[in-house]
This record gives sequence, C-alpha cells and structure tokens, in this order.
Amino acid sequence: MLTAEELAELDDLLRESSRREAAADALRIVQRHRGWISNESLHDVAAFLGMAESSLETIATFYNRIYRKPVGRHVILLCDSVSCWIMGFEPVRKRLLDQLGLPSMPGTSADNLFTLLPATCLGACDHAPAMMVDDELFCDLTPAKIDEILARFRSGAATVASAAERGIADQR
Amino acid sequence: MKTLTKNIAPGGEPLSLREYRARGGYEAFGKARFGMTPQDICAEVTRSGLRGLGGAGFPTGSKWSFMPRPSGKGSDHPGERGEGFVVMNADEMEPGAFKDRLLLEGDPHQAIEGLLIAAYALEATSAFIFLRREYARAEKLLRRAIAEVTAASHSGDHVFDSFRSITVRLHVSAGRYMCGEETGLLNALEGGRAQPRNKPPFPQVVGLFGKPTVVNNVETLCCIPHIVQRGAEWFRALGRNGSCGIKLYGVSGRVNRPGIWELPMGTTARELIEEHAGGMQGGRRLRGFLPGGASTDFLTAAHLDTPLDFDSLQKAGSRLGTGTLILLDDRTCPVGMARNLETFFARESCGWCTPCRDGLPWTRSILDDIEEGRGTHGDIERLELLCKKLSPGSTFCAFAPGAVSPLLSALHFFREEFERHIEEKRCSFKG
Repeated sequence: MLTAEELAELDDLLRESSRREAAADALRIVQRHRGWISNESLHDVAAFLGMAESSLETIATFYNRIYRKPVGRHVILLCDSVSCWIMGFEPVRKRLLDQLGLPSMPGTSADNLFTLLPATCLGACDHAPAMMVDDELFCDLTPAKIDEILARFRSGAATVASAAERGIADQR
Repeated sequence: MKTLTKNIAPGGEPLSLREYRARGGYEAFGKARFGMTPQDICAEVTRSGLRGLGGAGFPTGSKWSFMPRPSGKGSDHPGERGEGFVVMNADEMEPGAFKDRLLLEGDPHQAIEGLLIAAYALEATSAFIFLRREYARAEKLLRRAIAEVTAASHSGDHVFDSFRSITVRLHVSAGRYMCGEETGLLNALEGGRAQPRNKPPFPQVVGLFGKPTVVNNVETLCCIPHIVQRGAEWFRALGRNGSCGIKLYGVSGRVNRPGIWELPMGTTARELIEEHAGGMQGGRRLRGFLPGGASTDFLTAAHLDTPLDFDSLQKAGSRLGTGTLILLDDRTCPVGMARNLETFFARESCGWCTPCRDGLPWTRSILDDIEEGRGTHGDIERLELLCKKLSPGSTFCAFAPGAVSPLLSALHFFREEFERHIEEKRCSFKG
C-alpha cells in the first residue's frame, strides 16, 4: 500500500507530468521512502499510474538507479570507469570489500548499513578515484580514506540503523 | 581570457541571479529577446561556426535550421505559436568526461541563459534540462537558479516577462548511458526505456511527444549567450589552427595536474598535457590517449601536435568527442584499459539490437581471458572480427561503433601487448 505521504508526492508529480512520462519518477518517489522497489511497490505504482505491471517493470529494470532488490542504509556508488581504473581503483575496491565483508561487488554488508554498487564515471576524473555515498561525492580516494569515510558513516549510524530496521519491519 | 568559465571560482559557490546580472548576465537574453528575431539569432549561431560539444560536432546552426517554424516570419512573442521543445543534454556519462559538471555547478545561470535564448530562437514552448542522477549538487543549484528566474518573471522584471510563456523543467534521469544519445534521451523523457529511435525522422521534425525538438549539450548552450552578446565574428576568432571558438579541454590520468581548462578550439594535445596539465607524473611516459572520452579511438605520442578540433582529429583517425583526454602511460596495461572500457560498454548497451547486445559482452569476455592469462591464438583476430561486425552501419545507433573505437585502435597501436599477454599467459604489468 502506498502511504499518504507517497500518494501526496505522486499527486504532485502528476500535476506537471502525464502518467506515461511519470513512470520512472514515480518509482523514484517510492524508492526514496523505501530504499528499493519491491514487487508490491511495483504493483502499487503501476495501479496508481494505470499501467500494466509488466510495462512498469521494463522501466524499473532498465535504469541503473532504480533498485529492484533491497539496499542498505547507505548506497555507495564506486566509479569503475577508465580514469578511476588508471588512478588506483583496484586498491580502493579491495579495501571497500574488506571493510564491508563482501566477496565481490555488488553487495550489501551483513549489518545492512552499506550497499556497494559499481557506477559509471561520476564526472570527477581530475580527482580520481571517486565514489558517492548517497548524494555525497568523495574524491582522490585511497584505502586509508575509505576507512575514514566508512567510520564517519558508521559513527552516525546507531540511530539510523534502528530506523532502517523499523522500515523493513513495516514492509513485512 | 576566459569566457565560459569567467564566473567560475574553483571550490566556491556559483553566482546568484543578482550577482550574475551584476556581471552582465542575461544581457544577451535581453538583447536576443528585444533586439533580434529568432531568425537573426539562428543566423548568428550559424555564422559563429559553433559545433555540438557533446561529442558529435554537428554544426549547431544547421541543427537549429531543421526546426520547422510554424510562425513563418519571426515574431517577438515566443511560445505563442510553436509547440516545439528544446532540451539541454546534461546527462554527462561518458567515461573520462567531467566538463559539463563544471559548467552546471560553477555557473548554472549561464547554462539557463543559453537554454532560454535557444528556446526563443527556436520558438519553443518548453525547455527541459535532462540531468544525470549522480549530479546531485548540480541538481540543487539548477533548481535554485530556475526558482530565481521564475521569481523574477513574476516580479514585473521585463527581461524575464517572456519566461512565463516558456516552461523550464528539470528532469533527473534514473540513470543509463543511453540517455545521452539524443533519441534515447527523448524516450527517457517520455517515460520509457532509453532506447534509440530510427532516424529519419530527425528529432527537429518529430521529437519529444512527436513535436519538433532540438537537443543540445550543456557546453554548446553555454556558448550561445556569448555569441549573441559579442557576435559571430568575435567567437570565430577565438579559435586556433583554423577552428572556431573555445573549448573546455580536460585531462585525466597520470599527469601532475589533472583538470579542465578553457582554451581556444584547436589547441594541441601537447600544449594541453605538457603546459596545462603539468606533464606526466615522475618517471612515467605517455603511451597513448583517448582524445574525447571512452568512445574515441586511441592516438599516440606521435599525434601530440595534432590540434584538438573536430576536423583535425578526424583526419588523425579519431574524434574530438567531449574533448576530455584520458591518458595511457607506460606503466598502465593497454589490454587492461581496453578491458575496462569494453566492460563499461557491455554493461551499458541498451539491448535493443542484437550485434551490440551480444557482441559487446563477447569482446569483454575475450579481453577478460587475455588479461587473466587465458588468452589463446586467434583471440586477436576474433576481436577484430567483432569490431568489424559492430562498425557503423551494422548496428541501430552509434553506441557500438563508439564502443569498439578504442578497442580496434588499441589492437592497432598496442598489438604487441595483446600478443605478449597471450604468449606469456599473464599480464606483465601486474608484476
């Protein structure tokens, strides 16, 4: 079920877009609240837009920034494009995997705090390697800098993590 | 002398509407709006020699001239007759390109002024900004700038009166490289998958929602206010070595000072790398470079004196593309670099046509094998065959030909490295 808050935002969206053009934006509104698009969310958004679920699914699966699987509290977009690769992507990737306890990318840490995703060039090539955590850009990365950044997000995480757990519980 | 970047302070906040106007901002919009007809502006842009700076290099004036004019003669009431659209392509996703980010974050009003002049010149009713999702800071700054202009248009400010008849909408992409291709972008704006459309009909005739539409890159649109303000002759004269205008050139890779510089169009790669980027990092030697992002052909140190402009680079066997150079140094593996590039292209192929959808993962898997020491004799020939099957005319759009440009040229210039990987069954750059 879409929440009242989500419905209000979706109604706002339809004030400036037709239902058809609003598909990806509508998914992003719901994703902003829930972190990802579950089958149930997809069903509800399709019903709201008057679209076939399968049509909306073709859009949901096409775009990189619409998540059809659950993600952690923070989404890390690690640039794996060419300039970052030349400038030391590999040691940065290794440190992230070690720190998050992941065998490979993409993946979500066991504490559900971070999801690590590969991303296309973030347009910060003069300060490569680069990554984003949520909407924040981090440049000139080194393994040591990865430790600092993750520590920062972890230290502010205690209350946030419990909120995220509540969010997941609500969906069930 | 700076033009496009004159208001950009590195690391600082961009100018507000009031500050931008205090430095002469929106004077060009006022001049266009009250002193020129749409046709005058188009003629000026054509004379300026401006070409599309998103990578394709199509003459901007010609692109604009294909837009039908329902009004016939020019009029000073834009938006009352036409039902066309103009779109700013701010979906900068080309690996190695980081110039549009600088323009959007550094001086959002310049980009919006360019877009508004284009909308007036093309008699468009709506203007869109198509921005990539990851440019979160640019999104915030653009929203603020649009709000400032909207507020000014409701405050009786005569310069912005016409703004009320042109809607400017910011669309934030859900993320896919194909959105940067202009017809893919239109499909994305319409709410669908960003697959390419057949051309003809060209977007200027049948574009967004079936209406005439012009799609221009951020940097291209940022040139427009200056051309209107100071004239086509002035703009042409800014170029060097027979080229017109200015260009934001970028350098990334193992140089001392990676970055972006506003320079005359036609500056050489040598000047850019050795003077502006401070030369190669200690002990490293330049082995090759991609002149304009991931989808351009490799050139080598032998091409350093080639002017970085559309025609000279085409003659040299590559493309200007985005004008952001990616350097390959002698301690970086050319096979690994080709593998990185093809991994990107295989991932971003939209899957619409078979050669691209299936061919690119195949090139990636052969490159994986070669780089990991599993290469076999015949792999190089297989890669060359795949490049041929993905060449222009074999696929639906320009994505796959762009994807194999760096690969085919790497096989040409660095062939011995590919052979050595296969012979020795290892990558010697990994120590």
